[in-house]
Amino acid sequence: MFERKQFSWAAMAAIAGLAAVAPVKAEDTVKVGLILPMTGGQASTGKQIENAIKLYMQQKGDTVAGKKIEIILKDDAAIPDKTKTAAQELIVNDKVSFIAGFGVTPAALAAAPLATQAKIPEVVMAAGTSIITERSPYIVRTSFTLAQSSTIIGDWAVKNGIKKVATLTSDYAPGNDALNFFKEHFTAGGGEVVEEVKTPLANPDFAPFLQRMKDAKPDAIFVFVPAGQGGNFMKQYAERGLDKAGIKVIGPGDVTDDDLLNNMGDAVLGTVTAHLYSAAHPSQMNKDFVAAYKKAYGNRPGFMAVSGYDGIHLIYEALKKTGGDTDGTKLVEAMKGQKWESPRGPISIDPETRDIVQNIYIRKVEKVDGELYNVEFATFEAVKDLGKTKK
Amino acid sequence: MTSILTNLFDGVAYGMLLFVLACGLAVTLGLMNFVNLAHGAFAMAGGYVCMVLVNRMGWPFFAALPLAFVSSAAIGIVLERTLYRHLYTRSHLDQVLFTIGLTFMSVAAVDYIQGSSRVFINLPAALQGQFDVFGVGIGRYRLMIIVICGLLTIGLQMVLAKTRFGSRLRAAVDDPRAASGLGINVPQVFAFTFAFGCGLAGLGGALSAEVLGLDPYFPLKFMIYFLIVVTVGGSSSITGPFLASLLLGIGDVAGKYYVPKMGPFVIYTMMIVILIWRPNGLFGRTAAR
Repeated sequence: MFERKQFSWAAMAAIAGLAAVAPVKAEDTVKVGLILPMTGGQASTGKQIENAIKLYMQQKGDTVAGKKIEIILKDDAAIPDKTKTAAQELIVNDKVSFIAGFGVTPAALAAAPLATQAKIPEVVMAAGTSIITERSPYIVRTSFTLAQSSTIIGDWAVKNGIKKVATLTSDYAPGNDALNFFKEHFTAGGGEVVEEVKTPLANPDFAPFLQRMKDAKPDAIFVFVPAGQGGNFMKQYAERGLDKAGIKVIGPGDVTDDDLLNNMGDAVLGTVTAHLYSAAHPSQMNKDFVAAYKKAYGNRPGFMAVSGYDGIHLIYEALKKTGGDTDGTKLVEAMKGQKWESPRGPISIDPETRDIVQNIYIRKVEKVDGELYNVEFATFEAVKDLGKTKK
Repeated sequence: MTSILTNLFDGVAYGMLLFVLACGLAVTLGLMNFVNLAHGAFAMAGGYVCMVLVNRMGWPFFAALPLAFVSSAAIGIVLERTLYRHLYTRSHLDQVLFTIGLTFMSVAAVDYIQGSSRVFINLPAALQGQFDVFGVGIGRYRLMIIVICGLLTIGLQMVLAKTRFGSRLRAAVDDPRAASGLGINVPQVFAFTFAFGCGLAGLGGALSAEVLGLDPYFPLKFMIYFLIVVTVGGSSSITGPFLASLLLGIGDVAGKYYVPKMGPFVIYTMMIVILIWRPNGLFGRTAAR
């Protein structure tokens, strides 16, 4: 009895203490609404981004320009309807100054009209189709577009002795983007696409598709599957002996995401991909970032983590530039043309398209200290999104 | 020609896997008249048990497989005794709502404990890769699936048709009142059967990690496949779902190979055609009991 009473006194003292500290005046807080898939098939994307944002805020503190940053996380499970509801709640009830996150293209698009209406920045940290930033003047992106990496691997392949390619891409918007941009550049350089297969998104057994690839006898397979399925693809690729048949794997880097790469086994060795980030990127900044991330969460950061890390950085910098002013239009203006050093290398926000400009690296999977890494060996500097410039 | 045979082989392996995954559902649905949509959750449990044993505790793969069976069966028997048995006499709608709720809970629980990333089971080198038989590519792992599932099917058929337990089960299903009057412990027979079906699902889950992938959404992703197998095969025997699994496995693989643009729809088309032709499934009973 006595103990219980003591406990309740302690609890009350704690609550009183909290009450004395807690009330930061509302105008001194800037709220960031973070909408991510934390459950469902895309949950690993959501978790990486959330982790990276937490890490950034631990490192840099949670006050910018005299304002306290508060993150409000909502789970949309990558379902656009839920994204829309979450964005509405965040804007109307929570009065957030930014909406951010967006694991998949349909989610980013669902929130676009709301960002325009409310005149607040929508910071896209994952979704990768070109059209996204064209849907609202308030959208800014810190991730990537599939055009960036797919065109470059197409150019690289045709210059490096790969003439006949079979393609295997997931049948949804990013997959089709990857396929079309690759094909355009690869065939323009004189390459030939001998087989084209689109796999259903919810299809995990690649066996029949891979058999078809094997029978087509290409020099390489161009692959884009959502990050989570990369492991299955590579395992079945090896099981079917495509590696021994001399058929290489090329593609944008999603198939060898650092998140899963190390568990894929040696069949993945030698896979060449073009991508924005590798945990093995040899800069001091990245070494520190990887070490801090590993220490905090026990595994490597992937490209989604870096996009989240840069996304929150952009939000911080925009607030610094406006001196804490949360007017959405001013914030978007402040984001345009921002340039900084990211763990992935130098990046900037294109003032015209509000899309990211970044280096794209060609990497090969190699064993470093007994672990598998995407080792970068060629760099294409300051790549803009080619998906827009054509229009 | 060789690619036809390779596809046939892949299709048979896929079908066998579907059968082991789904036949427990056929048993509960057909023999016990219970709609257990949480069936995939037991499969997932087996898969994760196998993964933890092999990857984290260093067990050999073949030693972990029986444990995947046993653990799912154990979970099955606990849930049957505590939760499921109260729902035997309830309407199918109640059963559906209850078991789908259970499925969502299992998804959330595994996501919480293991994270949502896809996991792989470290296979022994002997099970990796392919070998050629007259130019036909035979995947070692898929061959193992065919052997294990084939033996299981034969064993299962023998138990149901030839043993005392099999006849007790059939009696308990056909007329529970008369059966208990004859001294058959009907609840016990049902509990055992249910647990066995869950065990099979667990084994199937462990075997399928390599082919289908294993993550917390497994029960939701493959529920539709289990249901198709049972619907097409009819649920009154083991032979029905077995042949349906083979047919669907081969059809699915062939469809994806020969008409990749149509790929995912082949299996649904097959289901619709078969159900128009035989509304109770290939081997369904024509008259309700």
